[in-house]
Amino acid sequence: MSGLRVLVGCKRVIDYAVKIRVRPDSLGVVTDGVKHSMIPFDENAIEEAVRMKQKKIVKEIVVASCGPAQSQETIRTALAMGADRGIHVEVPAGTDANLQPLAVAKIFSKLVEKEKPDLVILGKQAIDDDANQTTQLLAGMLDWPQGTMASVVAAKDGNLTITREIDGGLEDISVSLPAVISADLRLNEPRYATLPNIMKAKKKKIEKLDPEKLGVDITPRLKILNVVDPPVRQAGDKVPDVTTLMEKLAEKGHL
Amino acid sequence: MTSPGNLRRSVIQLYKELQYMGREYPAGADFFQTRCKAAFLKNRHETDPEKIQMLIDRGRFVQKEIEALYSLRKYRAMKQRYYDQDEMDLHSKKIENFVKQL
Repeated sequence: MSGLRVLVGCKRVIDYAVKIRVRPDSLGVVTDGVKHSMIPFDENAIEEAVRMKQKKIVKEIVVASCGPAQSQETIRTALAMGADRGIHVEVPAGTDANLQPLAVAKIFSKLVEKEKPDLVILGKQAIDDDANQTTQLLAGMLDWPQGTMASVVAAKDGNLTITREIDGGLEDISVSLPAVISADLRLNEPRYATLPNIMKAKKKKIEKLDPEKLGVDITPRLKILNVVDPPVRQAGDKVPDVTTLMEKLAEKGHL
Repeated sequence: MTSPGNLRRSVIQLYKELQYMGREYPAGADFFQTRCKAAFLKNRHETDPEKIQMLIDRGRFVQKEIEALYSLRKYRAMKQRYYDQDEMDLHSKKIENFVKQL
């Protein structure tokens, strides 16, 4: 089995290490001037594609991202990690917060029509909306088998054996190609995109598209009503002895 | 390879790469980048090619250490946020065994 074409998806989000602040209008979080980077699960996705290319299972890696102009930086990081070329589906800045998994899946569905990959690898879930839906929606739209939460992927004779991380354990499945996979944290250790690789990646091509050109309606179907901070953790009480502890528990109705 | 021109280029390349990496440093980009500059300046009068190469190698080692730091930090944060600790331990064993069979 050799010479597969892989389409990998990535998304630019607020960096995982940044402290999130809710916007004053409670309809979202503050993004202006905040550090952004690629979702860690997307890094796992790209790393897996690059490793499959090193093993000669994959011939070409196309990386795609839907988002504002700055998403190009994210695509460049993916190219620096080893992807061959990029596709940037641009949405106007400000509206990207409303770009929901259904719209993204539709866009990727069109990209699959265009690029004809044998395998699509996405990150398991975005760390901003935590939806974990795009892979599943896309697989449904394409009528392709899916291997979500993949923590081990092995290729053999036109099939993939995937170990999935699920509640309460691991599940092994076999899917035939073409298929859609979502990368989990333990799939691999993503390489760091060093400066020399970023420089070399500037020579690689990034194609610019937009949802209109692809004929996709990205109107949001869900409306965000309210965004609030989680409740502040109450300080605990220290008690001097067991008797007091029992009294306090009885007081609070826990006995 | 150890001609002064090459060494100079290597040092400058190393400096650029470290400064680039320093942007994400947990204690702050400023913290890292000022100390990095100071470390390079401290050795700027070195002329022995062997010593310079040794310092470059040390710098490359530091670069690898920082890569490992970033990688581990990210992994730990994701693990803590998205995974139950007991399940993780269970998965560790199973994944190890599965990979051994491949």
